[in-house]
Amino acid sequence: MSTTTSTPAARKPASPRFRERVNNLPKAVKILLWVLFAIFLFLLPLLNIPFITTEGSDFGGVLFTVATYVLVALGLNIVVGYAGLLDLGYVGFYAIGAYTIGVLTSEHAHMAWVVVVPIAIVIAMISGIILGAPTLRVRGDYLAIVTLGFGEIVRLTLVNSEWLGGAQGISDIPKPPSFELFEVPSIDWSSGAPVVDLDTTSTFLKFGINDFVPYYWLALGVISLVLLFDILVKSSRVGRAWEATREDEDAAELMGVPTFRFKLLAFALGAAIGGLSGALFATKAGFISPDSFQLLLSILFLAAVVVGGAGNRWGVIVGAIVVSYFPERFREFADFRVLVFGLALMLLAIFRPQGLLPPRRTVRAKRADERQAVLEEGDAHV
Amino acid sequence: MQNLIDNFFAYTITGLTIGAVYALVALGYTLVYGVLRLINFAHSEVFMYGTFAALWVVMLLGGRPGAGVGQVVFWVAMMFVAAMAMSGFIAVLLERVAYRPLRKRNAPPLIALISAIGASFVLAEIMGLRSRITAWVGLDDNLRDYVRNSRNNAGLPTIISPQPIFTIGGYHVTNVDVFVIVGAIAIMVILDQFVKRSRLGRGIRAVAMDPESAALMGVNRDRVIQVTFLVGGVMAGAAAVFYMLKIGITRYDAGFTLGVKAFTAAVLGGIGNLRGALLGGFILGLAENYGSAIVGSQWKDVVAFVLLILILLFRPTGLLGESLGKARA
Amino acid sequence: MRSTLKFAVPLAVAALALGACGTKGGDTATPAASGGAAACGNYKIGMFGALTGPNANLGIYIQNGVNLALDDYNKKHGDCKVTLENYDSQGDPTQAPALAKKAIDDKKVVGIVGPAFSGESKAADPAFNEAGLVTITPSATNPKLADNGWKTFFRALGNDATQGPAAAKYIKDTVKSTKTFVIDDASEYGKGLADIVRQDLGAQVVGNDTIQQKQTDFSASVTKVTSSGADALFFGGYSPEAAPLIKQLRDAGWKGTFVVADGVKDQSFIDNAKDAAEGTVITCPCVPADVAPDFQAAYKAKYNEDPNTYSGEGYDSATILLDGIAAGKDRSSMVDFVKSYDKKGVTKQLKFDAKGESADIKVFAYKVEGGKIVSVGEIK
Repeated sequence: MSTTTSTPAARKPASPRFRERVNNLPKAVKILLWVLFAIFLFLLPLLNIPFITTEGSDFGGVLFTVATYVLVALGLNIVVGYAGLLDLGYVGFYAIGAYTIGVLTSEHAHMAWVVVVPIAIVIAMISGIILGAPTLRVRGDYLAIVTLGFGEIVRLTLVNSEWLGGAQGISDIPKPPSFELFEVPSIDWSSGAPVVDLDTTSTFLKFGINDFVPYYWLALGVISLVLLFDILVKSSRVGRAWEATREDEDAAELMGVPTFRFKLLAFALGAAIGGLSGALFATKAGFISPDSFQLLLSILFLAAVVVGGAGNRWGVIVGAIVVSYFPERFREFADFRVLVFGLALMLLAIFRPQGLLPPRRTVRAKRADERQAVLEEGDAHV
Repeated sequence: MQNLIDNFFAYTITGLTIGAVYALVALGYTLVYGVLRLINFAHSEVFMYGTFAALWVVMLLGGRPGAGVGQVVFWVAMMFVAAMAMSGFIAVLLERVAYRPLRKRNAPPLIALISAIGASFVLAEIMGLRSRITAWVGLDDNLRDYVRNSRNNAGLPTIISPQPIFTIGGYHVTNVDVFVIVGAIAIMVILDQFVKRSRLGRGIRAVAMDPESAALMGVNRDRVIQVTFLVGGVMAGAAAVFYMLKIGITRYDAGFTLGVKAFTAAVLGGIGNLRGALLGGFILGLAENYGSAIVGSQWKDVVAFVLLILILLFRPTGLLGESLGKARA
Repeated sequence: MRSTLKFAVPLAVAALALGACGTKGGDTATPAASGGAAACGNYKIGMFGALTGPNANLGIYIQNGVNLALDDYNKKHGDCKVTLENYDSQGDPTQAPALAKKAIDDKKVVGIVGPAFSGESKAADPAFNEAGLVTITPSATNPKLADNGWKTFFRALGNDATQGPAAAKYIKDTVKSTKTFVIDDASEYGKGLADIVRQDLGAQVVGNDTIQQKQTDFSASVTKVTSSGADALFFGGYSPEAAPLIKQLRDAGWKGTFVVADGVKDQSFIDNAKDAAEGTVITCPCVPADVAPDFQAAYKAKYNEDPNTYSGEGYDSATILLDGIAAGKDRSSMVDFVKSYDKKGVTKQLKFDAKGESADIKVFAYKVEGGKIVSVGEIK
């Protein structure tokens, strides 16, 4: 149902040229650029770059939130972007991941953090399979409402279950083990020019209460692992099977692709990543309650994926940043934040319907369409 | 369980009244889905604006408890006029601003959902910020009663005081109960006939069945879509009046949960199917009430969603199947 | 190779620019303002709570009280004014820790009024505790908050554990209910309170139900209450749900007494429930406004309305911090100052026990009469 019939009046492709130029660089330079970029990301919360840094809230904390959204968007992208399944209840898996951490490290047991995180991923994955196995057979639009219902069922169960802490939630979730290796100073811009501030430092991987930067670093590490996994899966047989299923399920089935199994796989992988992000969130917050898993969050997650460009992993990262960072950066809008956000979504839908960074396939498909249009109608209107 | 058996009729009648509201709102989802194949996520806000229109008109006319029959009939009639006009207007506006530009650009369906989510935020926030907005325009002194505490509840004076009319199984059925249930069914019968018999109704069915052939046969698709939104909005306006008479309190975010429920009702009955929406609404209202009686009101929404999942597993097209005016029967 | 250069050159320039600039901190100790009360510290106090979003009402009532206290202070200390820094959490525990960090990093902030809700308190207070930044909450009433051993935690009002027994006592002794129905909203506040009432009332509780927050249709609960034959209903929750609940109960012809707690004590409950609100009994660990007529008059002059829920507590909390600033306290010495504080405020004698709870808690009963909340005296 989502065949992308593109308009003949395609925009001037400005980005491909940039991409080609990057691709033409020697390998060593490319690696160097990547390393520099990684270092930049690593130092970002300490650089305190004016304008980018959030004034109203701690930048490290905001960046951590952005990082969890990025992670969530990568997971949801597998479900929505790759497999084409509309999931409106992704917050359910996020909550399951967070609560697994809470229950096993604080509420009912005191297991080690490193042990519990994999358990959280597995439990989220299993819940994805339990939800997906019966419901993935129903049509796409119904899936949206079923998953939405699932998200609410999870939240209401959390509110009403004493065993899970009820509305009070779970507090005193322990921090991950710290490895204090070195201190990184921050940059102070208060005098106008950047000055290295040796008083305000963050210790590499010291997980405390009052410094969110190490959690951000942890999240960055996890994101790069997930990205690597994402790239491997997408370019494998599985990725192609997803693409075939999304474009034309019946045709894919005829060609011998067991579509249901691949959809379930996408659902399970997505759920696992959602659980992982939830686990990270719970670790940093130290306290979780059902309030943190409102239905609205599911909608924001989906917005991140679609705004960025469902199916393009770099696009959804951009989308996640837009959705989570801008409301924090523009805190001065205060009461008008949600209004502005809503307007932005509408404008974006109208002017960039494929998302900020559309997946490459659509760019390719567009070009094919253009070629076809030229063949059919001649060169007259070009 | 014993409580449910003892008060079976009380739970049934009150379940049907809220079910009637679900059903009327569900019609909006079903109609739009029928012709456009998309979930009009912002329909909940169309309903919410109707509740405020109904409230404001009563405030404007000085509605108060204990007025004479003629007075009350007039107020209720004005509530319908105001709410239907407001909801119809918002629905058409929504189509123009949030959907038509996308259709012109052939955007993928997911994007329409994002646009709808955006529109939903914008509409709800405008209502939630109405005191700030009126302050900007300098009308806050004149409109204070209408806009104050805009993030909080706004309550309707009880213009129809519920009086028991007759008793079934120990439950005193009130005039409000009867009015809501009978009124909702009557409105839906009218809609059903409209879609079946009128020219515009035929157009809606034709577009639902096959948009391209309909266009070839001379049906103006844009106009049909606009009418569909208008009709869906008017139904939501009617629902808003019944809701205000029954519940009596609204808020800028009152649409959200109700919208989710109404959409559930639409899917339950078979989305795109008008009678399905009616059936789905009533079943959902009853199920929630019976469920609340047995396992406690805190599980009300869970009961609704579990029911939905079960039905979709065993009858994936909903109870009555999907068909807008027997489009694909 | 040319394109390589295009990338490399700006990067190199950027690196140079960073390297060229100086450093600060390290050995150079910041000059301490040890001059005493004479030197102006340009201090700030923080207001931590929901100021926007769906829960903003309560936060704004508190903020109004805080602003009034600041006005009073700045009028007296025109040469060294204290400013207010807002930390708008929207009541969301997820946003709270980063905001807390922001407050902690701002060395001018010497104390916080808030966090307003219990959930965000749990998320943010550990950080405040570690940083030694005093918080005085004017509204978070979960009893367990005081049990965490946070040395910076103070509460300017009674917690649910003091209010619950008082509500139960009132239902038993004054309402003289023999059959009581108890409903809660599953929130931390509402359920905690309702459970205490349930326990204290024991066998006279004829039925229980739990609703959801944001619920509007209460037909099932109404049927349960009316069919139980209860002559009183205790609801643990907030006014957005209390108003439609009592309205629908009265519509169904229920005649019993509706008893609620401080979460419902605001004018919007009456505005929305209208006639149905008449006769509602509200318990609150807050002193009636007429006890402090000056405060009431000042509030009304500034905001054109009567003080609302927790405005007085907000005023008192801010006053304690401002008195500390006047006495020359900074962030680190403020904790002890608050701990040993003992003065009469507009809501009560302001004095804290070892856990940071208010030492002097009285619970009052209020009643809705003629569209107004009027005090009917202390529950003893």
